[in-house]
Amino acid sequence: MSETEENLPSERETPHEGAVGKADNPFADPGLPPHEHRIQDIDERAAKRSERTVAMLFLVSMLATVAFIASYVAIPIDKIVYIFPLGHVSGLNFALGLTLGVALFCIGAGAVHWARTLMSDEEVADERHPIEATPDVKAKVLADFAQGAKESQFGRRKLIRNTMFGALALVPLSGVVLLRDLGPLPEKKLRTTGWKKGVRLVNQSTNLPLRPEDIAVGSLTFAKPEGLEENDEDFANKIAKDALMLVRIQPQNIKDKQELAWSHEGIVAYSKICTHVGCPISLYEQQTHHVLCPCHQSTFDLSDGGRVIFGPAGHALPQLHITVKDGFLEAASEFAEPVGPSFWERG
Amino acid sequence: MKKLSARRRHPLAALVVLLFALAVTGGLYAAFAPADKAQADDTAQSLAIKEGKKLFAVGCASCHGTGGQGTSDGPSLVGVGAAAVDFQVGTGRMPAQQPGAQVPRKRNIYNNAQIDQLAAYVASLGPGPSVPDKAQYSADGADIGKGGELFRTNCAQCHNFTGKGGALTNGKFAPTLEGVDPKHIYEAMQTGPQNMPSFGDGTLSPQNKKDIVAYLGAVNGDKTASPGGMELGGLGPVTEGLFGYIFGLGACVAVAIWVAARTTKAKKS
Repeated sequence: MSETEENLPSERETPHEGAVGKADNPFADPGLPPHEHRIQDIDERAAKRSERTVAMLFLVSMLATVAFIASYVAIPIDKIVYIFPLGHVSGLNFALGLTLGVALFCIGAGAVHWARTLMSDEEVADERHPIEATPDVKAKVLADFAQGAKESQFGRRKLIRNTMFGALALVPLSGVVLLRDLGPLPEKKLRTTGWKKGVRLVNQSTNLPLRPEDIAVGSLTFAKPEGLEENDEDFANKIAKDALMLVRIQPQNIKDKQELAWSHEGIVAYSKICTHVGCPISLYEQQTHHVLCPCHQSTFDLSDGGRVIFGPAGHALPQLHITVKDGFLEAASEFAEPVGPSFWERG
Repeated sequence: MKKLSARRRHPLAALVVLLFALAVTGGLYAAFAPADKAQADDTAQSLAIKEGKKLFAVGCASCHGTGGQGTSDGPSLVGVGAAAVDFQVGTGRMPAQQPGAQVPRKRNIYNNAQIDQLAAYVASLGPGPSVPDKAQYSADGADIGKGGELFRTNCAQCHNFTGKGGALTNGKFAPTLEGVDPKHIYEAMQTGPQNMPSFGDGTLSPQNKKDIVAYLGAVNGDKTASPGGMELGGLGPVTEGLFGYIFGLGACVAVAIWVAARTTKAKKS
């Protein structure tokens, strides 16, 4: 019994702390410190000096604005000048930036200096109003509400009440229907590409159909389907799905059986679109056969079926089954799976 | 003649005739036979190969094998061609300090004549791309705009849009192309050094390569203008963001401190 009593907090505090407590309260409002004067408040010469400084800053701003207009008129747009830490820069850009910067900064600096040295710095406390309404106002509002509810007969006329609820519930549907106009449904666009059986692989750099002998071991070639031209109306949308990268790996170094079967003498064709969020990936390391995506560092192993070996990508890089006909490389089928990033219905 | 005729039945006559016939045949052969082999050793090409072989034995053979056949420490050099040697040795990458995927550029320890000799030797091991001549990589007749387009399609993923370089996996990196000899850029595309894929003539035509080299000369030259100035390495948002955070926010903080600082006070006397 006595041990438990010892562990209780001592009860000495309440009786005689009252008087000392007020003075010792660490949270008591200390009030404002006594006002001290600045040099400018007591020395008219110092005040004059501050005035001149502020006026000087405003004057510099004016001159800078004039210089801004003058350089806009005078400096030709293609004039290149050498300025030490910056290098060869456009003279017009530099002059406009410098003068406008000086003009704006001097207005601000003048205003701050004015406020700091000349405007009154006496601190004034302004107490807030209480947020709560007075009891009278509260009572009146509640009485008005009760009277309004009674006069509207809302509780009595149930037909009006129920039809109003119905109307309010239906109105938002018109907005939902309008959402349909945000665009056509994607249909099968996410699942299909321009590649199908018999489409030739065309070199994106030379615009010529590719032959197997163009692709050496350790090289990297980008291909697009035959018939897709850069000035086609829909080129950007189509190349975003059709872009291929072609590399050649010694067949004995290809670890994945399906990859080997879909290659032509070690030439493998992979989608260039990352399966994470669709960045074009082609940071190909020819010794490791790794491809790195520059956006989020997903890394794929092109010698092992495009397997993800690092990073956030969710599935392997899709490979295109290729073959050779009449000496030119062509697709043997479509992509077996959708290219690019995942989407809800992808499965 | 009589004397000779009298001794024709001498026991040694047959031997003398045989020796005489051999000497004549040999002499005639030496005089008229095509003298390829004997002369070939004196041509500049084979001298270069010979000298190159000696240099190779000293500087390269420990990793690439005495005949350039490759070892566990270094790849085979059969068929890499003179262009690969000119690039690797000309930029100081080879001889490498240590084997590995990333072989950085360093001071070149061979002179041009020695590089040519090494290149001649390695080229003799198997057919490969030869060192390009000046007309192939000079900017004359190149389309800089097309070169920029090709660069962005084929090279920019690793080397950045204007060839400032960038990071790869496991500490490897694509080096900057600033200040690199146009010849070496051309050779790198031909041969695919280290982890860089090659861009043979089937992938990028010689004219394509010329355009790319000209583009890099235009964006990275000494006189290249940068209208905005302050490129901060031209690396994009990383350096720009860091600069903005440190100096932009730093300036804002400094001004805020100035606005709110206590002014000097004076005692009223």
